[in-house]
Amino acid sequence: MDVTIKIFRFNPEIDKQPHFETYSVQAQETDRVLDLLEYIKGHMDGTLSFRRSCAHGVCGSDAMRINGRNRLACKVLVKELGSKITVEPILGLRVIKDMIVDMEPFFEHFRSVLPYFINDEPAPTTERLQSIEDRERFDDTTKCILCAACTTSCPSFWANQRYVGPAAIVNAHRFIFDSRDRAAAERLRILNDQFGVYRCHTIFNCTDACPRDIQVTQAIGEVKKAIATGRIE
Amino acid sequence: MNSHQHEVLVVGAGGAGLMAALYASKTANTAVLSKLYPTRSHTGAAQGGVGAALGNIEEDHPEWHTYDTVKGSDYLGDQDAIEFMCSEAVPAVYELEHMGLPFSRTPDGRIAQRPFGGHTNNKTGKPVRRACYAADRTGHMILQTLYQQCIKNQVNFFDEFQVIDLILSNGAAAGVVAIQLSTGELHTFHAKSVIFATGGHGRIWEITSNAYAYSGDGIAITLRRGIPAQDMEFFQFHPTGIYKLGILITEGVRGEGGVLINDSGERFMTHYAPNVKDLASRDVISRAMYLEMSQGHGIGGQRYLLLDVRPETVNKYAAEDGRKRPDGSPYVVTAEEVLGKLPDIIDFCRTYLGVDPVTQPMPVQPTAHYAMGGIPTNKFGEAVIDEKNTVLPGLFAAGEAACVSVHGANRLGTNSLLDLLVFGKHSGLRAAEYAKGAAFQPLPSDATDFARAQFDAMLNNDGSESAADIGGEMKSIMMDHVSVFRTEEGMRLAVDKVCELKERFKHVRVGDRGKIFNTDLLNTWELGNLLDLAEVTAVSALARQESRGAHAREDFSKRDDANWMRHTLAWRRDNRIELSYKPVVKTKYEPKERVY
Repeated sequence: MDVTIKIFRFNPEIDKQPHFETYSVQAQETDRVLDLLEYIKGHMDGTLSFRRSCAHGVCGSDAMRINGRNRLACKVLVKELGSKITVEPILGLRVIKDMIVDMEPFFEHFRSVLPYFINDEPAPTTERLQSIEDRERFDDTTKCILCAACTTSCPSFWANQRYVGPAAIVNAHRFIFDSRDRAAAERLRILNDQFGVYRCHTIFNCTDACPRDIQVTQAIGEVKKAIATGRIE
Repeated sequence: MNSHQHEVLVVGAGGAGLMAALYASKTANTAVLSKLYPTRSHTGAAQGGVGAALGNIEEDHPEWHTYDTVKGSDYLGDQDAIEFMCSEAVPAVYELEHMGLPFSRTPDGRIAQRPFGGHTNNKTGKPVRRACYAADRTGHMILQTLYQQCIKNQVNFFDEFQVIDLILSNGAAAGVVAIQLSTGELHTFHAKSVIFATGGHGRIWEITSNAYAYSGDGIAITLRRGIPAQDMEFFQFHPTGIYKLGILITEGVRGEGGVLINDSGERFMTHYAPNVKDLASRDVISRAMYLEMSQGHGIGGQRYLLLDVRPETVNKYAAEDGRKRPDGSPYVVTAEEVLGKLPDIIDFCRTYLGVDPVTQPMPVQPTAHYAMGGIPTNKFGEAVIDEKNTVLPGLFAAGEAACVSVHGANRLGTNSLLDLLVFGKHSGLRAAEYAKGAAFQPLPSDATDFARAQFDAMLNNDGSESAADIGGEMKSIMMDHVSVFRTEEGMRLAVDKVCELKERFKHVRVGDRGKIFNTDLLNTWELGNLLDLAEVTAVSALARQESRGAHAREDFSKRDDANWMRHTLAWRRDNRIELSYKPVVKTKYEPKERVY
């Protein structure tokens, strides 16, 4: 099928302002948007710039705004989008070149929530035991690939980029609700802040954007509840 | 300032690199350079599990794991290194758990384990539950957990710095040259120890499970600097890639009872591996699939077969096999259980195929997956650069980029994650220890010239050739002639073609002339790496006149231990490949015919 793909372009070494360019390509319905971008880069315009690696939705490199919605370019097929496709960088992070944005503020927020296992009690010689139910409690938030699709779909983050954002809260949740971890109180204190969980106004854009189907808004709600009640359940 | 100095440099931030960094940074000033953000690394795509004889569900021993790995390697693995890896496996997995890794659990709260190809109870020969897993995203959990620990321990990262050259001085490692992607500027990193943990090069082939980033940078760089590459003819084709796309469908599907089915609806692995059937070693199954397809048993006569994990199919064959639960009850699964244990591959199939594996079988074909070969090292991760295993001071390699060799001619599933844990850790420890006792070698005044010349050559030519075309032709010829089955004639064709492509590459056009995030230029440089490694692979394969593990020749169909139980070493000299050989380390396992 013929596909018209309109792509946000900005080359900081040449352009004063970003603009859109339109390309016509032949595509299969089962092609990924990433396949089209690769085709354009390989055969039509080598300057087109974007990040990518695994090409099947697990590395988190290629989050983009595709037809107005944050998606991974490797996990959305032409048949879901039709013959007119618009591709833009994710919003709320500085555009460096075309689809490539500055990810540093995103990772800074991630690092701020103690996103690592903390338990200073002496470890047993084998594994720490954990029941199937306790393991299941935080399963959903272990799936995060740090692609930033959620955080950059959030109007609260667009309004103020000091907000830690959904991805950081998801990663805090992963440890707060892990029965083996011992630093939940510290993480809840960090998120009980004017730029923490209360910036979330349950708009659900993040949940819609997550390519891993994490129930992001629900996870944020559980963190809010834990702060309010002082109980982790 | 574009000059940096650290005692230890780790190149690559997948599982091996992060593990090396965690250990090296305990005692030495360490920096990690990665062309990707660390969590983008391909370790994250590993699915089914990491092998360790914990014995959480049934009897198991590191000695059994060792024997299975030696046999799986088709007796090309070094037995001392394999024994070391398999005994280190148990503490390595407990260490990951102590780092917080969210393994799936048994009903009594221990780390869950599942069967995997080639892993057996050595008394009965039946599959053993040895693969420690977190659903079907074990690699993701390992990568995330190690990155989290690096943040906790304030490891120093240079993200989106792509290493393009190794600096040697006075016969020792002295540092690397890297491009900062965001500026296009060259940086010099002066170091005492350099650890290459740059992953594999499966992008040489048309159908591959590998990430775009898997362009073999580390092996290509060290080859250019006179260091050999070992056993490059051995590249694993995983039996179950999604048809046409190559995306990996974990062997865990078969561990949970899934079976391969041909066009007649027959479970054909019973003919090829009567004992363990669909849980034979990967090389055995990929060959069986090619044979089935060449006999016209592909689905609708096409180049694919079906992987069936529908509960009714699983339960039917489990009953035929007499498979039992740990409590002795018959093995019967439900759709919910399949969904719970294999959520990601079900998601992949739904997304890319519109197929729901709980109700429909998956179309699969063998897919280029894993490099058994790489930068030769000993079991401490030290690079060894000749037939006598002479150490190059300060140079280390770990993970898929390295060849210890623990995988020999064919890697067992779950042993790649194990390899990167064990040898990532030990290369990090040894690199830090070496750095404590060594001086910085002086940097040459022209440290960046060699790398700069490669980039100038790509930017200043007549631009008459397209990188996409060259890459496409390379992938196609390698898929046709240097994949699951090989012949003299086909491999000669491939060698000639790759050499022709390398000539054409001298005229390659780079469309982007900018500095900032010039991914066009870097992808083109990576294509040059792939061409170099395709040549080494094809030349090494052509010379080996036997069939062993992943190297299966129609014209030399038997293993030949008298002449070929030895490792290949390939050097790049005067723009051609020279080969030499070194012995396999044998301890107590005598080569036997390999039957599953």
